Amino acid sequence: MADALLDRREAVARLLRGRGDLLVVTGLGSATYDCAAVEDHPRNFYLWGAMGGTVALALGLALARPDEPVAAITGDGDMLMGIGSLATVGAAKPANLSIVVLDNEVYGETGAQPTATARGVDLAGVARSCGLTALDDIHDMNGVGTLAERIARCEGPLYATIKIDRREHPKVLPARDGAYLRARFREAVLGTAP
Amino acid sequence: MSATAAAAAAQAWPDALYDVLLRQHVRQVAYVPDAGHSRLIARCEADPNMVATVLTTEEEGVALLAGAWLGGDRGVLLMQSSGVGNCVNMFTLLENCRLPFVTLVTMRGEWGEFNPWQAAMGQASGDILTRMGVQVHRVEDPSDAAPTLEAAIRQSYDGMLASAVLLSQRLIGRKAFTEEG
Repeated sequence: MADALLDRREAVARLLRGRGDLLVVTGLGSATYDCAAVEDHPRNFYLWGAMGGTVALALGLALARPDEPVAAITGDGDMLMGIGSLATVGAAKPANLSIVVLDNEVYGETGAQPTATARGVDLAGVARSCGLTALDDIHDMNGVGTLAERIARCEGPLYATIKIDRREHPKVLPARDGAYLRARFREAVLGTAP
Repeated sequence: MSATAAAAAAQAWPDALYDVLLRQHVRQVAYVPDAGHSRLIARCEADPNMVATVLTTEEEGVALLAGAWLGGDRGVLLMQSSGVGNCVNMFTLLENCRLPFVTLVTMRGEWGEFNPWQAAMGQASGDILTRMGVQVHRVEDPSDAAPTLEAAIRQSYDGMLASAVLLSQRLIGRKAFTEEG
């Protein structure tokens, strides 16, 4: 069924199951809540703002930690705002960086206005043109499992869209004090704060 | 000054900036090019121990350096004054997460600027950075460039602050648009 849509919480839970040493950067809004709902892991860095910056932030992290897999997990709205960062990633070519877009084709936080992906813009096609290894859009849980395996292999930069439905879930709100999240993350990754 | 001496002087301050980056263990350099940064960018790109990343827009650099620091790397963002305006919302990362940050900004829109489209951001850059919580250090004399950058890196990465070093257009040299300059 080519156009099936996944439940975002189930998809993210499958993606992060057995995550090992994966470092995760989450885009503001539902992607942050989805990742926190799986586990409030100290190797998660949640964005609550800085829209459009998720991929660029994950790129800096991936370049700093070349031996560890890094995943940017975000929504279509954030990815579209930072669409130029796909070119920056394509030029930098970090093998350990994967970008996962949870695409429901709407701005879910603000009243479900359609994004450009609802009108035919193909983010995977953009990523592929920028030189990333772009998977076909994912519509089933087997595809999510395969994606998780490929993220761990660090053969990127990798790009994947997971097509999700628009159902709203209870918000799972992690800490939003950025200084705390920064210190916690650095302590988990480097064994040192701040 | 002979042409050779002038060329040597034009390379001296960017080379001194590069030496500061090495001395201060800056590993990641992100940039949107400017003619004034061209020698420093070339030095960083040629250094196998540095990671130089060309950006599509300057705001990516603010986020990229935040990620670099989360992974343990020190970084510097190179841009020209017009790029400061592109960064504004992304600067909120710095205060919210209390991140160290250093940017080296070449100034346009001053000192005999030919292109009036550069004037507005040239005039506003310092105020915008200050309003966003970034400490601003202005350099007019080439001999002050390296010590000012070194002080900014120290107070940012030792003191967890955001700093900008503005290199004046007089220091960099006016951009020539015509044969007559």
